[in-house]
Amino acid sequence: MTTTQNPSPAATPSSGGDRRLLGGLRDRWNGLPRAQQWLWLIPLVVLIYALPVLNPPLLTTEPGTNFPIALFDAARFALLAIGLNVVVGQAGLLDLGYVGFFAVGAYVAAMLTSPDSVLTTIPYLWTLPIAMIVTMLAGLLLGGPTLRLRGDYLAIVTLGFGEIIRLLATIVGPLKGQVGFQGVGRPPGTDADGQPLFANSDGTTWYWLVVTITIAILLLVGNLERSRVGRAWIAIREDEDAAQIMGVPTVRFKLWAFVIGAAIGGLSGALFAGQVGFVNNQKFDVPTSVLFLAAVVLGGSGNKVGVIVGAFLVSYIPNRFIELAGYKYLIFGVALIVLMAFRPQGLLGARQRLLAYGRQAYQRLVGKPEQLASDNPMTAENGGDR
Amino acid sequence: MSTPSEPPVEGGLVAELELMTPEQRAAHEAEVADVVAPDREIAVAVGDTLLSMENVTMRFGGLVALDDVSFDIRRGEILGLIGPNGAGKTTCFNALTGVYRPSSGRVLLEGAPLGRRQRFQITQLGIARTFQNIRLFSEMTALENVVVGTDARHRTSVMGALFRVPRHTREEKQAIERAMALLEFVGIADRAADKARNLPYGYQRRLEIARALATEPKLLCLDEPAAGFNPAEKDNLMGLIRKIRDDGYTVLLIEHDMRLVMGVTDRIVVLEFGKKIAEGLPTEIRDDPAVVAAYLGVPDDDAP
Repeated sequence: MTTTQNPSPAATPSSGGDRRLLGGLRDRWNGLPRAQQWLWLIPLVVLIYALPVLNPPLLTTEPGTNFPIALFDAARFALLAIGLNVVVGQAGLLDLGYVGFFAVGAYVAAMLTSPDSVLTTIPYLWTLPIAMIVTMLAGLLLGGPTLRLRGDYLAIVTLGFGEIIRLLATIVGPLKGQVGFQGVGRPPGTDADGQPLFANSDGTTWYWLVVTITIAILLLVGNLERSRVGRAWIAIREDEDAAQIMGVPTVRFKLWAFVIGAAIGGLSGALFAGQVGFVNNQKFDVPTSVLFLAAVVLGGSGNKVGVIVGAFLVSYIPNRFIELAGYKYLIFGVALIVLMAFRPQGLLGARQRLLAYGRQAYQRLVGKPEQLASDNPMTAENGGDR
Repeated sequence: MSTPSEPPVEGGLVAELELMTPEQRAAHEAEVADVVAPDREIAVAVGDTLLSMENVTMRFGGLVALDDVSFDIRRGEILGLIGPNGAGKTTCFNALTGVYRPSSGRVLLEGAPLGRRQRFQITQLGIARTFQNIRLFSEMTALENVVVGTDARHRTSVMGALFRVPRHTREEKQAIERAMALLEFVGIADRAADKARNLPYGYQRRLEIARALATEPKLLCLDEPAAGFNPAEKDNLMGLIRKIRDDGYTVLLIEHDMRLVMGVTDRIVVLEFGKKIAEGLPTEIRDDPAVVAAYLGVPDDDAP
C-alpha cells in the first residue's frame, strides 16, 4: 500500500538513477487519483492472498520447502521488517538487537500457551496483544536509558540487548534453554475433516492471518508516518539537534519509535512461535538480527514497500534455491556491498513525499505563480543559485 | 543604553521614516522600538522588554566566552548583535536560545527565567532561531521542513495520529496551509515540493527563516542570515527582515555585514572579547569610538 506522493512538476531531475529505474512507473502511479490507486491495489491484494493456493510453477519453492510455509516465513519477515523500518528507516536509530524483541514476543506466546510452561495457559490469540505489550515494555526498558546515545554507541548497546535476551533464555530456568517449549498454542477452529485450521504443518491459514495483520499494521504505521510523529522521526534522523531546536521533543519521539518497532517485532515473534509450535533459544542469535537489518537496508530503508520487498527476498531466496541456503550470508553480504556501491538508498529508496493536503495547496499555488513574484521582496531576484 | 535623540539617517530607515505620519514621528521621539514598527498587529505593549540577558557569563574551562553581559530585547524591534570574530556573538546566541546554559547570570523571557528547560521547551516558549551553517532536514521537502516547525504548537498525541482523530486531521490541514503561506511569505513557494537539499543556497537560507517562523516565536533569532549573499540578495533579505518585524515578530540579528546591520536594525549591541562594549542606535554605534576601535577600524572585506 502506498502513501500519496507529489507529482512535483517543479522538481529538479535530482536522482537520475531513481527516475530511470522505477521513476516512470512511480510517477504514473502517483499521477493516479487515490480511488484509482485503491482499484489497482484490490486485485494485487487478492493475488497475494491467493498465492499459497495458486502455487505458481516458477515461483513455488517446492519440492525443497513447503510453499505455504515459505510464504508464511516471508510474511512474518515482512511484518518484522515494517517494525524495524520504523526504528531504522524512519527515526534513524541503528538497532542491531531487534531479534531480542522478536524473541520476547515468541517467548511470551510460548510461555502463555505451551503445556511445558510454568505459567497457566491462555487462548493463543490473547497472546498476540500481550506479546505486543510485553515487548513495548522491553523497548521502554532498553530505550529509556540508552536513547540518549547516538549512532554507533546505540548500535552497540542494542547488539548487547539482543545477546542478553538470548543468554537469559539459556540461563533462566523457567525459560528452558535449548529444551524449549513444545506445543505452542494456535488459533481455534477445525475444518470439515476435524483437522485444526491452523496446523503446524500447513502454512496457508497462518499466512492469511499474518498477511491480514500486516495490512492492518501497514495502515496504522502509514497513519503515523503521515503525521507529526513521522515528521518528527525523519527530522530526528536528518539532524537531531536542529529537530530539538525546532521544538521536537526528540527523546520522547525516539522512545516512541523504539516502542512501536518493538511491539511489531514482538507480534511477529508470537506469530512465528504459533506457526512453528516450538520455541527454544536457538533462533535468536546475532546473525538473525543482522539478517533482519539486511532486509530493511536491501529493500530500501525508510520505504515501507521497499522493506517488504527486501524481507521477501531475504526469506524467499534461501527457501526457493535450497542448494544456495548454506551460502545465504555470503549472498546477502555480496548483494549489500554491490547495492551500497550502486544504489545506496536500497532497491526502493525512501520517497520524497508531499503531505496529502500539501499537494492541493501546492497545486493551488502553482495555478497562480504570478502572485508570488509581485508583492514579495525576496522574489525580485532569482534566488541566488550557486 | 542611550535615549533616542535624532532619526537614523541610514538608507533603509530613511525610506521608512518618510512614509510615517507626524504622530508616528512624535512617537519616535519617545520610543525607538515604537517608531520603527508603526503598523504592528499584535496587541501587546510595543517596546516593553521581551527578553533580557542578566549578567550572563559563559565559561568553557578556562575560557570566558561571555563576561557579565546584560542587555534587553524589546518587543517589535530588530536588535543587531555585532562584534569582531570570536567576540562571543554565537555563544551569546546559544545562551539565549537554550543551547548552552549560562555559567552564571540568567536569561528571562517575558520576566520568567529560562532556567534549566530543554531546548524544545524553549522553542515552545517562543524563541526560534536559524543556523549560521544551514541545518535543514535535507531529505524532507521544503514544505515538510516548515510543517515540522508548526508541529511545535501541535497537541496531537501519538495515539491520536495512529487513529487519525479529528484534531489530528484539523491540525494537519491548518499546518500545511500555514506552512504554504510562510513559504510564500519568504518567497520560495514555487519550490515547496522540492527536497531541501536540492534547493539553491539562497532558498535554503529563506527556508530556514520560514521554518523558524513556523514555530510561532515571540523572538526570532537570525544567525548571520546573509552569509554568502551578494549585495542584491542582501537587499532582498533586509526587506524580508523588515517585513517579518512588521508582521509582529521581534528579531535578533547577528551579522557581519555592516551595511546590512546599519540598514535594518533599530538598535545594536556590540560585543568584544565576550564583553558588551556599546549599545545604542545604529548612528550612535557607528560613531562610537570604542566600536570604531574594536570593529569598524579593523579592515574588513565586508565593510562598505
